[in-house]
Amino acid sequence: MMARLGRRGFVGGAAAISAALAVPRPIWAASAMGFDDARHLLSRASFGGTPAEIQAFEAMDFGAAVDRLLSRSHPAVTPVPGWVNEAPSFYRQQREAVAANKGAEGKPVNVVARLVREQGRDLRAWWVEEMLVTDQPLVEKMTLFWHNHFTSSMQKVRYVPSLYRQNALFRREALGNFATLLKAVARDPAMLIYLDGVRNIARQPNENFARELLELFTLGEGHYSETDIKNAARAFTGWSIDRDSGHFLDRMQQHDAGQKTFLGQSGNFDGDDILAILLRHPRTAETIVEKLWREFISLQPDPAEVSKLAGVFRSAGYEMKPLLRAMFLSPAFRAPASRGALIKSPIELIVGTVHLLGLPVPEKTPLVRMMAGLGQSPFDPPNVKGWPGGESWITTNTLLLRQQFLRRMIEASTVSSLDGNMMPMGAGRRADRRQQMGPGMADQHPIEGRSLRNAGSEARLGPTLLGVDAGRLVRTLLPRKPVDSIDVSSLTAGGLVAAAMLDPAYQLK
Amino acid sequence: MDRRQFLFGAGTLSVMLAARSASADQPARRVLVLVELKGGNDGMNTVVPYADPLYRQFRPGIAVPRERVMQLDEHAGLHDRLEPLMDSWKARELAIVQGVGYPYPNRSHFRSIEIWDTASASNQTLSEGWVSRAFDGIALPAGAGVDAIVADTNALPLTGPGLRTIVMQDAENFLRQAEAMKGMKDPRDGSNPALRHLLEVRHEVNGAAAGLREKLRNGPAPAFTFAPDAGFGHQLDLATRLLLARVPVVAIKVALTGFDTHANQVPTQERLLGVLASGLAVFRKNLIAAGQWNDVVVMTYSEFGRRAHQNASGGTDHGTSAPQFVMGGTVKGGLHGRYPSLADLQDGDLKYTVDFRNVYSALARACWGRPADFGQRPVRPLDLLA
Repeated sequence: MMARLGRRGFVGGAAAISAALAVPRPIWAASAMGFDDARHLLSRASFGGTPAEIQAFEAMDFGAAVDRLLSRSHPAVTPVPGWVNEAPSFYRQQREAVAANKGAEGKPVNVVARLVREQGRDLRAWWVEEMLVTDQPLVEKMTLFWHNHFTSSMQKVRYVPSLYRQNALFRREALGNFATLLKAVARDPAMLIYLDGVRNIARQPNENFARELLELFTLGEGHYSETDIKNAARAFTGWSIDRDSGHFLDRMQQHDAGQKTFLGQSGNFDGDDILAILLRHPRTAETIVEKLWREFISLQPDPAEVSKLAGVFRSAGYEMKPLLRAMFLSPAFRAPASRGALIKSPIELIVGTVHLLGLPVPEKTPLVRMMAGLGQSPFDPPNVKGWPGGESWITTNTLLLRQQFLRRMIEASTVSSLDGNMMPMGAGRRADRRQQMGPGMADQHPIEGRSLRNAGSEARLGPTLLGVDAGRLVRTLLPRKPVDSIDVSSLTAGGLVAAAMLDPAYQLK
Repeated sequence: MDRRQFLFGAGTLSVMLAARSASADQPARRVLVLVELKGGNDGMNTVVPYADPLYRQFRPGIAVPRERVMQLDEHAGLHDRLEPLMDSWKARELAIVQGVGYPYPNRSHFRSIEIWDTASASNQTLSEGWVSRAFDGIALPAGAGVDAIVADTNALPLTGPGLRTIVMQDAENFLRQAEAMKGMKDPRDGSNPALRHLLEVRHEVNGAAAGLREKLRNGPAPAFTFAPDAGFGHQLDLATRLLLARVPVVAIKVALTGFDTHANQVPTQERLLGVLASGLAVFRKNLIAAGQWNDVVVMTYSEFGRRAHQNASGGTDHGTSAPQFVMGGTVKGGLHGRYPSLADLQDGDLKYTVDFRNVYSALARACWGRPADFGQRPVRPLDLLA
């Protein structure tokens, strides 16, 4: 028996987790991977393992554990906001209703902007909730991976239901098929808005999508010419959105039916032809593998290994599971040099910490704000390239903010007790979105009037960490030995957890 | 951030680059104080083209009445809420650059401020801030362990490998937090690049804190008190203290928020212009009192101006070009550039007459002796500073 991976105790009440802890010691497989491999695998393929989750994995064969992580893929379990099926016509009606009422009220309200703001808040909270409660964390991590690959930002896509549907698509294909995903993304309404596909018509081609398709989504720079972009853009002309339903619509009369030459081939290509050519190009698989490598293995992809894995990917017809399986089972993944070699993204740090401490999260907004503050607001990547990640997550400002967040979490008994002022986010105006570059590490008010010097010296341990011995606690929290020395013998368990969480090594996975 | 890595990691390279640009070894001559007006300030109601009948025609509900315009020349005048700036105008220390913008303007807040912050072309995405770009290829002196300080929240113009930039809204709090994160571990230890980066950043925070702690503790308090309004006075107070303490930075950034006036614009913008002007006036008085006004240049900017016509809600929507203020003891006061013609709009927007990168070039030269052109060919830096 194993504990349900990633299922948070506070979802079904703390009982779930205690039940998991009460599970008798698992039967060890002959080739049991042991603590370190279990911890490492969970740190990459989930938001990080609790002692119980690591315990459940350490007795398993490594390959069997990878298969288990890859076996799941079902839709999100968190109830979706009520507005996700609203058509764009709804927004027009709202706008018109306001226009009609104006004058009487005297005070004009930008009702659509407010709607977008509220729905955006709902959607972010919904996804964060799903990351916290899911029992298939790898699916959520891959959903996030695709969100960062096929970026679309709420800043531009003001039709929020389309972003929900795009997210559902990423989740459906998280462990699915890349070719299927690529074809769906090219027709995805949020993408058609974000990269101006809706403006791409025969009379006036818009190259935005075509350029990013080649540069970021498939081949990468240096593997195509400007002419290829122009011809690809022509091939996609007419792919658009139905203004009433908000769904994909192929406007044949806007399509450029002329001859195109793309990557050395000529024909009366449409969008699907372009995608087919790209999927036959070896660079496409390599681009995806390189990016996955930086996500799951290390910051320096090994070109020889990448090309081998890209071969696996292509011969598997772009199925994700065989590729991810090969990556997790590769020597590079398990190599000592890969342990603790990646920096946790803000979402990983925040979701992982809440998960590890088993904190109830009645209110998601403080977590979402903290994500934005640390530079990773879901549905709001900084630009079409997505979050650059890696070392760029850590700046002088974000490092201080991360420490401040962790001191807060250490003290918190629930996330709602996090002070909202901690992250002054202004009025949440669009104009303030650059806050991610460096939100107030401290408002002008001193935080809760308390000295931070002494804050966060002792964690209150919940059911996830209670009763775990000292050495195991530190090894659970940190991927390598602490950078600053932690005196295991003189600290209480709570003090130990606090010290480990504030050690620089906690920022690593 | 990465500058430290650059110094540690590529010793030979940095020595070579430093030697090649000997002129850059001179300390920064003037500190640039960036004042971001967030949300897109309406330039036409800031520097008002009062003499043009089209102005009132475009803005029947929100035009600044003639009697509330302080005349600058026969075409343009300042909104009377900017009256606190008149001392510096009369002293010929306030340059007003008219019609600043860039080709193919973008009307998204996010994207347009990114263009301003990185001095990129409209169709180009850069991740390095323009001030950092101005220092490309040279190493700044170790100094106080910090090269630039951001007192608001957007650090992009000062972000890049060329600068060690610290974001802090409150010096005491920053110092306290840095203290809590102290660590002795040498960043050069170990082979894990991610960990090395983390420790370098921590080292940098500690270095900045060490440099600032002493200086701020011994630095004088401003002679004149800032109004406590909306955080702007607080930010200017911090900037003033850093300057009076002679923390050797190249730039300090502050910001005033709320200029996105789509509806019922007049009371909001008037209030903000008042906050801006009185804050800058106190700032100036403090630096004059400290004998440092010649060592500082202030520049205001906003992601865009607003449309020439008002909208149906008594506000204005996102537009393009707008004026910039440049202030300081060594600034050549007066109107610079040309006010865009109201009779020659492009899609309802004022056509820019000055590219913002030429303003940046002028300041990079005058403040730091850096010949940065930000991709402008030809460069036409304005004659803004003595």
